[in-house]
Amino acid sequence: MLTVTGLAADYGDVRAVWDVSLEVAAGEIVALIGPNGAGKTTLMHCLAGLHRPSAGSIDFDGAALHTLAPHHIVERGLVLVPEGRHIFASMRVLENLEIGAFSARARRERHATLRWVYEIFPILKERRDQVAGTLSGGQQQMLAIGRALMGLPRILLLDEPSLGLAPLVVRDIFAVLRSINARGLTVVLVEQNARQALQLANRAYILEQGRVVGQGSGAALLADVSVQRAYLGLVTA
Amino acid sequence: MNPQAIAQNVIFGLFVGGNYGVAAAGLSLVFGVLRVLNVAHGELLMLGGYVSFWLFTLAGVDPFVSVLLSAPVLFAVGLGLHRGLFVYVERLEEETRIKNSLLVSFGLGLVLQNLAQWAWTADERSVNTAYAGGSAIAFGLVFPYTRLASLALGCLAIVLLDQVLRRTFLGKAIRATAEDWRAAALAGIDIRRTYLLTFGIGAALAGIAGSLVSIGSTVAPTLGAAWTLKALVVIVLAGMGSIFGAFLAGLLLGAAEAISTLFFGSTYREVVGLVLFLLVLLIRPQGLFGRGSR
Repeated sequence: MLTVTGLAADYGDVRAVWDVSLEVAAGEIVALIGPNGAGKTTLMHCLAGLHRPSAGSIDFDGAALHTLAPHHIVERGLVLVPEGRHIFASMRVLENLEIGAFSARARRERHATLRWVYEIFPILKERRDQVAGTLSGGQQQMLAIGRALMGLPRILLLDEPSLGLAPLVVRDIFAVLRSINARGLTVVLVEQNARQALQLANRAYILEQGRVVGQGSGAALLADVSVQRAYLGLVTA
Repeated sequence: MNPQAIAQNVIFGLFVGGNYGVAAAGLSLVFGVLRVLNVAHGELLMLGGYVSFWLFTLAGVDPFVSVLLSAPVLFAVGLGLHRGLFVYVERLEEETRIKNSLLVSFGLGLVLQNLAQWAWTADERSVNTAYAGGSAIAFGLVFPYTRLASLALGCLAIVLLDQVLRRTFLGKAIRATAEDWRAAALAGIDIRRTYLLTFGIGAALAGIAGSLVSIGSTVAPTLGAAWTLKALVVIVLAGMGSIFGAFLAGLLLGAAEAISTLFFGSTYREVVGLVLFLLVLLIRPQGLFGRGSR
């Protein structure tokens, strides 16, 4: 469904992503794990059109994405939930959700989509007239995901959805991701919280210093000794 | 000093202040959304004034009708200027963008001013309608009809703008882009188009303000800089992010200038705005109606 080939990305003279290739099949949950500065967020920004790659290509269902503007990428069904949530804090919850359905394709369906999002996150329905900046961190993350779902994604990208959230809230959010994936939505997840990401994911890629240094099924990586040592905080004898 | 004279001054100040408010709302909208400080905003206002002057002199169009034309004409001018000029500034990082937009629009202001001088000469022009002299008298105070109608039109423009920003998809796109352009892009909003249309709307507001100025006062090619300065003072008074705030601050500046004229004479009229500007920056840098820092 999504094929990234030989992708490179720079910030001025600094190369952040080197020759990254990866593949996501329809219906999968794929995790990208790796330390800070590994290039995970840059990669996500390339996929969503916020950052122009310097080399390589991104193919989404037979169409090249790497030359498109962000709104055209959303129109095609690839939607990113950015790191740090980036909700519109001064606008009401409902307005945030409406803006998520901005693309022409999503706008036609917005009333039905809104009911679906409210079903997934009942708290957003309860708080729909509240100013979004007054929501708790977990609720803001739900709003960010809800806003992305309003765009009717065929593939949903999430950049650090667990960042700064309490463990119980993270568990809820991961449960939601599992259930929307079960309904057929492909999910790509960037996480520093490697354990939970690997438990959720079918497959994962490990990124270090802008390169893919490992890949495998979630379960295999969880059992891998070097991964345990580097990312799961386990010290094996 | 009798209260009657003070009240009459305040009323005339409010009439002028309404125009300040409309001019400032346009500049504030453009700055808030595009992070482009267009110091040629006053020159766009000047062009709006000449649209009304021309329509009145050449075709006898009533200035209150020509407002309906100067708004779309300046909207089109705004689109053209954005396409041809400001789109190149927009690609820069935010801080460089603000600085470069100052330079670019300062140059644009000079060009527009000289074009206006070439097209319409340096003479001060005004639109004198047959009904210009009429006034309503209430509580012993004079309310000229044209001024009342100008203020009402200004209010109407602001209310319309506010409704567009609140209720329409375009308005929501504009607000979302102002708040966080990356998030807006990720939500599927075409940022370039939003910038383009916002610049057009800002220019249209300058056009409306210009037509209103041509009714109550005179239009000359050199008018622009003074109006840009007023609009900047009003934006600082109001703070960012509120269209109504900008309009109210415009009224406030108009009233403050008018009162000061009574006490210090008209020589110091321009100083009042700048003193207010400094006071607000010192005491309440987020502005009277601002939402605080982001």
